[in-house]
Amino acid sequence: MCTLSRQRKGSIHELVQMILRERFCHQRLPEKPVGMESQHKHLLELLRRTAVHGESNSVLIVGPRGSGKTMLLNCVLRELLEVKDVNKNVLPVHLNGLLQTDDRIALKEITRQLNLENVVGDKVFGSFAENLAFLLEALKKGDRSSSRPVLFILDEFDLFAHHKNQTLLYNLLDVSQSAQAPVAVIGLTCRLDVLELLEKRVKSRFSHRQIHLLSSLSFIQYLDNVRSQLSLPQDFPDTKFYDEWNDSIKTLCEDQSVVDVLQRHYNSSKDFRSLHLLLMLALSRVSASKPAIKPTDLLEASRVCMVDSKANILHGLSILELCLIIAMKHLNDIYEGEPFNFQMVHNEFKKFLQRKSHSIHNFDKPVVMKAFEHLQQLELIKSMDSSTAKIQKEYQLMKLLLDHSQIMEALQKYPQCPTDVKQWAMSAFG
Amino acid sequence: MVRYFTRLRVRRIYKWGGRPYIFDRKLKSYGFEYLNMSVEGQEAVTTVTPGQYILIEGNDDEYPFVAKLLKFFGDESHKQKKALVQWFLRLSEVPQNKKLLLGRSPHPQEIFYYLGRACDNEINAESILGTVQHVPEDTPFPEPGTKDTLYVKLSWDTKAFNVLDPVLMQDTPASTPPKPALPLFPPCASPTATPVSRGPVRRALPTPDPTVMRRAGSVSDTRATMSAGKRSTLEAESIHSASKLSASKILSAKRRGSAADTPGVRKKLQLSPGKKMTRADVLCELLDEEMESEKVISLKLSSSVSHSLQHGCSLSPMRSVCKTPNGQRRFPWKLSSISLDRLSPTGYTLSILDSGTTGIDRVITLQIECLDSYAFLSSQRATTPSRRKESAMAIREPALGVLAEEDSEDSPMQPIALTPRSKRKSAQLVSLRIRKQLNLLDNTQKLFSDGDDDCFVPSMKALQSSTDEEKSEEETVVRKTRGRNGKTSARTPCKTPSKKVCMVTPSTPRHATPSIPSRTVPARQPGNILDEARARLHVSSVPESLPCREQEFQDIYNFVESKVMDGTGGCMYISGVPGTGKTATIHEVIRCLQHASDMDEIPTFRFIEINGMKMTDPHQAYVQILQKLTDQKVTADHAAALLEKRFSNPAPKKETTVLLVDELDLLWTRKQNVMYNLFDWPTRRHARLVVLTIANTMDLPERIMINRVASRLGLTRMSFQPYSFKQLQQIITSRLNKVKAFEEDALQLVSRKVAALSGDARRCLDICRRATEICEHSASHPSSTGLVRMSHVMEALDEMFSSSYITAIGCASLQEQLFLRAVIAEFRRLGLEEATFQQVFVQHRALSRVEGLQPISVSEGLAVCQRLGACRLLLLEASRLDMLQRVRLNVSQDDVLYALKAVRD
Repeated sequence: MCTLSRQRKGSIHELVQMILRERFCHQRLPEKPVGMESQHKHLLELLRRTAVHGESNSVLIVGPRGSGKTMLLNCVLRELLEVKDVNKNVLPVHLNGLLQTDDRIALKEITRQLNLENVVGDKVFGSFAENLAFLLEALKKGDRSSSRPVLFILDEFDLFAHHKNQTLLYNLLDVSQSAQAPVAVIGLTCRLDVLELLEKRVKSRFSHRQIHLLSSLSFIQYLDNVRSQLSLPQDFPDTKFYDEWNDSIKTLCEDQSVVDVLQRHYNSSKDFRSLHLLLMLALSRVSASKPAIKPTDLLEASRVCMVDSKANILHGLSILELCLIIAMKHLNDIYEGEPFNFQMVHNEFKKFLQRKSHSIHNFDKPVVMKAFEHLQQLELIKSMDSSTAKIQKEYQLMKLLLDHSQIMEALQKYPQCPTDVKQWAMSAFG
Repeated sequence: MVRYFTRLRVRRIYKWGGRPYIFDRKLKSYGFEYLNMSVEGQEAVTTVTPGQYILIEGNDDEYPFVAKLLKFFGDESHKQKKALVQWFLRLSEVPQNKKLLLGRSPHPQEIFYYLGRACDNEINAESILGTVQHVPEDTPFPEPGTKDTLYVKLSWDTKAFNVLDPVLMQDTPASTPPKPALPLFPPCASPTATPVSRGPVRRALPTPDPTVMRRAGSVSDTRATMSAGKRSTLEAESIHSASKLSASKILSAKRRGSAADTPGVRKKLQLSPGKKMTRADVLCELLDEEMESEKVISLKLSSSVSHSLQHGCSLSPMRSVCKTPNGQRRFPWKLSSISLDRLSPTGYTLSILDSGTTGIDRVITLQIECLDSYAFLSSQRATTPSRRKESAMAIREPALGVLAEEDSEDSPMQPIALTPRSKRKSAQLVSLRIRKQLNLLDNTQKLFSDGDDDCFVPSMKALQSSTDEEKSEEETVVRKTRGRNGKTSARTPCKTPSKKVCMVTPSTPRHATPSIPSRTVPARQPGNILDEARARLHVSSVPESLPCREQEFQDIYNFVESKVMDGTGGCMYISGVPGTGKTATIHEVIRCLQHASDMDEIPTFRFIEINGMKMTDPHQAYVQILQKLTDQKVTADHAAALLEKRFSNPAPKKETTVLLVDELDLLWTRKQNVMYNLFDWPTRRHARLVVLTIANTMDLPERIMINRVASRLGLTRMSFQPYSFKQLQQIITSRLNKVKAFEEDALQLVSRKVAALSGDARRCLDICRRATEICEHSASHPSSTGLVRMSHVMEALDEMFSSSYITAIGCASLQEQLFLRAVIAEFRRLGLEEATFQQVFVQHRALSRVEGLQPISVSEGLAVCQRLGACRLLLLEASRLDMLQRVRLNVSQDDVLYALKAVRD
């Protein structure tokens, strides 16, 4: 491992951090994709046939976000390129629907990556029509046995389907269905209904091969995965530390509170990207003085991950703003979620002040207005009218973007919240 | 309105020379010895005698047909003049697919002796344009750059190139000198010996080698001719007065040759990097045209040439001095800097100013390639005066000096012919006028600011729009010879104005041969029987025959064959859902017809294919058709005009064109002019065009076409029905062709399933292919793979047709499943198929309490909701609405409940 050579003496925890961070943040490919063996075999076989036999193919890899589509593809490509005759014989072309937002850009990018003859330096010359004609001509000239197979990898495939006339997709898939240069069109998407986006002619040319990546990971496997992700590799230089660390990870994963936290995460989502985020937070608390991950670290990390963002914002509000929120909550209760305007909120707030204002000053209306606008800026309330210019600010209809539970939770945690405000919030009617 | 064909037809007068020497009683025709041709308004007469090689007006201005004249004859009334010819073909006339038979790269000036029988060898003598020189087979091709004649080496009999039998060429010894034309000095230039000489000017040559001498001769010769034709306003030409007489004789031939060839200059330039127009040619043309007061022609010529050479800036000097119709003077200011930045080897500029006989001022700017940077720079300076307010003459002079120097090596007459001219009174008058105009321009340049955009784009549009302006009294002609560097000049002009004008105009290199790099290790051949079957089942593999489309095949075959036989045109509309073999059937028809024409059963024809999906814009259809017909690359508008001309004008030797238009519906434009033209051309008398169109919907003509388009499409329609299961089964069986890889029942299952769903043959083949893979994987040993069974096919069908939603719900996380249940619960409560996130979240929270799960926070709930939305199990509104975004299910409630129930059990 190259990282090991960069090891500096006396900073073993830095080495640990480096190894594990590479796993969590840099999308380091695992040795073998976990839990998707059949898909891996299918894709590898398909691409191998394109690379070795020159058979054109098209395939879609479909799976929710974070399910490992790109990881699978990269693993397959890595494996494919390790084969000697394949290595120099395939031309991978990577496109991303978020980057190549129309066919013109996509064509230029393809031409650039294929390094066709109308590329000078890094620039592709010629008009859109010329480029298309050029690429098609190039692909048409090739034939199955003599030209290099081209692997078109279309990330965010669904976005390519929104291009005008789906010209690019039609042409790529048409090439894959005709005796021209061998191509493999590999689409990656998270949309399950992606085929419905394709125009009928394009759809007919697609081979309808779909590789679904739907993880049916059980919790036991999930736990195993956490353990292996946190464990150090066997070629770790310091064997003593290696044993200690791996033992501590093992005990960590058996701790009930940790299991509970992980269960909660597992219930929420099975994807590895959110798990990596959690483990990353826990890992960042490892230092020289604290050379192991403790259950409390994981709990703390989980708390950070799971925290409700809006409730956090509420903690930072002033008393006046909090009072306005409470007034809005009461209005919501009274009018069953109908929108309100500033005037109503202000009246509600004034009523509260008249009844029991021991700790709250009597604010001027402009001050209250200012607080109200601040809440709007924070997007805790949202205007319901599309045209804001017509109606006076005081009478614009608003809706509260907070759940009752969020408000109550925030009140509990709010530092030095006046008791009468708390009582007002609890009471059924303002 | 953009105009392309402003060129007026030159009116030629043809007269029989001598008395009829023979009278054929049977045919009632007289034989004649020679034909005198002259251009109206000129005295020059060209004599054409049998045995000479002639250029014949064709459908392509750039390439007139070449033939050898065998005999003249006319009928009794003397009205019709006929001639018998032996045709020669240019390479561009050889069918595209046969060009490879040549086995070497063709010489651009090469022609082939035509041995086929498809062309009528009797032509109207009045279509003769002029004579041309021929060199027979034993001469080696000259170096690129020194060619000015046509070469015959091989003959073509519609099937193969053969070495030309010398006997065929022997009967005309006089006109076929064994070597390229010998050095001929102007006075003794005989009409036959000076063909359309386009000898390039090579200034670097110190010794007068024969070719250069001859070229020099022809250069000065033409000059003399011009002066003769011009009634000698050019005093400098007096030196050649001796040559006037003989030269004037060849003038018309020369003019025609060059006029007919000039658009071709572009083409020829592409083909051979070294070849150039000589000044002689250029001037010759220009002056000839002046004689005929055809301003538009010269403009057109110049535009086409400069267009092809893609020097936006070089065009502009001419615009700069020309007046717009409303008297406003245009003046592209930025240009000088552009041309200075440019690194391509542009020529230096020679400006000849003189006032023509008609009182029209002309500025002929002639750009000749320069060899060194000094000359280049001076040329830039020389071009600037026409744009800048500086004294035009003062700076033009040095350029002329340079030219003179260079020329003196080439031909001693040149400098005398050129330099004094610019000093003439009339020239100075003109320059004075120009200066005045430029001063005016200074004031109006702001008005012009948007106009100069198209000024430095050498696009056809700009050029053509300028032709209208040229109707005003001033005219400028910019001529350029091509740079020596083939690479830069091989670039095509970019259509859109480039922002970075100082860079080389972005374009695709014309000569770039698009190709995918070839592999180092050849592709492996299929190993076992399943591999073999898979290769045969791939959609791309072309089957030996197309089963199940026999009737359609026959109908299309008969239609196309009859049109090709009769030499008429027609349209056919073919519809059918995707994957029903429309395109494949037509390709099969064409293959059969090609075969038939190879066997000489039907006349030869050309097949061209365009696809609406393979172009970025409907108007690109013209470009692609023209490119496939003639190998030219032009802009869409120009291509439309060229095609229009091609299909509407009669021409001998025309073969039928079969045009396949795939995905017709994408050629729809608001005015439908693309479709209109495609269907209108076949109705022309001389078009000989058969158009086969393909689209998916049966009622496309009624649905999207306006009446005049639909009417031209006609009623010849055909619809391809989706395949029935029996047909699909037959297709697979015929493709497999006795490769035993499938069980009979398995095939039937696939065909029935696909026929029930879509009848798409592609789908059927794909499923079979997938089934072979599954079969291969499921086998325990790679060697022991058996037949593809029902189970394998079932699995493949499941994979391709089953909805993944249910599996996706089954594999979703617990909270996601809970959220889906909450959505359904909320829908039930509301009695609507839509709810806001807030409402669903209340349900979600309640459900998690029931399930004994810790309730999640709103943020988490939103994340769960977004994840479901991303894979389209839910349809969501924009996420900025936060809690108020509305949620809908993208799956039926029953499916969700079914999937969730399956998870529980």
